[in-house]
Amino acid sequence: MNTQTQAQPIGGRIWTKPFRALSVLFAVGALFILVRLATGLGQITAMNDGYPWGLWIAFDVVTGTALACGGYSVALLVYILNKGKYHPMVRPAILTSALGYSLAGLGVALDVGRWWNVWRVPVFFWHWNLNSVLLEVALCIMGYTFVLWIEMSPAFLEKAEAIGTVPVKRFAARTRPVIEKALLWVTALGILLPTMHQSSLGALMLIAGPRLHPLWNTGWLPLLFLLSCLAMGYAAVVFESVLASWLFKRQPDRQMLAGLGTATLPFLVAYVWLRLYDLAARGQLGALFAFDRYSIMSLTEFALFLVAGFILLSDARRRRLGDLFRAAMLLMLAGSLYRFDTYLVAFNPGSNWSYFPSVTEILVTTGLVAGEVMLYILIVKTFPILTLEKRDVAYHH
Amino acid sequence: MVACREANGLEPDTRTFGPQYHAPEDLNEYAKTVIKFYDEGGQQSFMKAQCMHCVDPACASACMLGAFKKREFGIVTYDADLCIGCRYCEVACPYNVPKFQWSRAAPKMVKCELCNHRLAKGQQPACSEVCPRQAVIFGKREDLLTEARRRLAANPRYVQKIYGDSDGGGTQCLYISHVPFEKIGLPALTAESTPTLQRSIQHAVYKGFAAPIALYGVLGAVMLRNRKKEAVTS
Repeated sequence: MNTQTQAQPIGGRIWTKPFRALSVLFAVGALFILVRLATGLGQITAMNDGYPWGLWIAFDVVTGTALACGGYSVALLVYILNKGKYHPMVRPAILTSALGYSLAGLGVALDVGRWWNVWRVPVFFWHWNLNSVLLEVALCIMGYTFVLWIEMSPAFLEKAEAIGTVPVKRFAARTRPVIEKALLWVTALGILLPTMHQSSLGALMLIAGPRLHPLWNTGWLPLLFLLSCLAMGYAAVVFESVLASWLFKRQPDRQMLAGLGTATLPFLVAYVWLRLYDLAARGQLGALFAFDRYSIMSLTEFALFLVAGFILLSDARRRRLGDLFRAAMLLMLAGSLYRFDTYLVAFNPGSNWSYFPSVTEILVTTGLVAGEVMLYILIVKTFPILTLEKRDVAYHH
Repeated sequence: MVACREANGLEPDTRTFGPQYHAPEDLNEYAKTVIKFYDEGGQQSFMKAQCMHCVDPACASACMLGAFKKREFGIVTYDADLCIGCRYCEVACPYNVPKFQWSRAAPKMVKCELCNHRLAKGQQPACSEVCPRQAVIFGKREDLLTEARRRLAANPRYVQKIYGDSDGGGTQCLYISHVPFEKIGLPALTAESTPTLQRSIQHAVYKGFAAPIALYGVLGAVMLRNRKKEAVTS
């Protein structure tokens, strides 16, 4: 049986009940975004001069882009390790990455106080401070978001060629070969840039120095962030594929998903080993078992990573969709918690400061995520992204 | 505090004691300096907080476009035109000094710039000018260190250490105190400045941008080879 079927639009109605529910969440988020723009950050967020970075940076940007590493990790598998059979996973992975990174970009734009100056960061190159890790992260994320949409563009152009008006068709037919020719070097950039900024997202917090708790404060932060984001990337692709197949009532390719489950393992094991090795080398194993809130948070991270790893170790469990899905969720949660801890829990500006996100701050984040999901549904229903078999087709392995 | 507020054109912080009093509880968007009162176990002291003007400032190392920069007289200055309000400086500063205007739709960062507008006119910073008892003095770092040593020697009541001589890589705002420094809000820092570790990693990886370019070449080459292999097999 030929499993290498073409990617197809899912089709069907857009304005469904879940879609309407998402649009309400999005509208609520958008409302508070307007309030934020009109009145500043103090009114609707709980951030303060002790905790200048809150949910929007820790979740929307740092965790959001790590969860959007599917495009990066699958590209690594398909184009560098030459596992061509995973090719059907590329488009959906790139799409969720493009959406995730765009959301992160929007999140940053809302979070920075002087958002109307953001354009100066890429443009004012003579002012670039090459000591600034944040500058590298910002430029890389901007560049990578652009790269991701270029990588996505053939899917949109294919559709335009099929249904557009005559000039649109002509434009699409002319543009697509040019992009497809350049795609190899664009894709290489799509592997280089996340390698740079995902590691640098770890390096960012090193500047906090003594204000960052020793359980997280290590020169290995960049590598730990890189290893964990790759594992999270595969997990996110599994998660989305399973979810999409349930939502759209299609049959996922279990063998391929099990393979992605296996692909997480080297990164997961390397991460856990390096984290433990580093704690031992810096004599912090005592702090790990001090059972204060820092120790409990670290142990929770370890537990999530290890349970996910344990599920994924067995071939039989990897093939069971439920187990695989649970492992993917645990792994995504583990990497997310590691990032939350590094950015919020481990950061201690002094006992007189505290931070917990405000309701409105959370509503903006949920609004943005709802918007992302809406766009995902809209795009996969309209454009050739997913390669899923219809459920009524008999399915044997 | 009053002189500082007037010299820098800051609005009063009336949130604590009402409209008649400028009473910031700490450094904040209304206060570039603040005098804190320490009282514990019979020991009392006043503490004047403001920017330390580090020898190697973490805020300037962090800042993307160099809105914070170390300039003439070693002052760490702020240029709002190059600031996008990301607040990474607040994450970076070990003294928790730069403050953000949370209450404004068009916010800036607020922090002591050693009254550089007054220095340009040949005046002193407002705080040291109005201090009647030389508790706050202004001068060259070497001269201040000499004066600090003299005061330490003259009065054994002081902790026999000058804070900022080497702490956090050295600061240009120096303290002597009869109360342990940590108790009045000056953290125990090593002689290595806080951005050192991050900078050494960053520069080791990105030296001359050679590693990223090499990696890009390798990635492209591997992909080309894989594509050719695939073309042969199919």
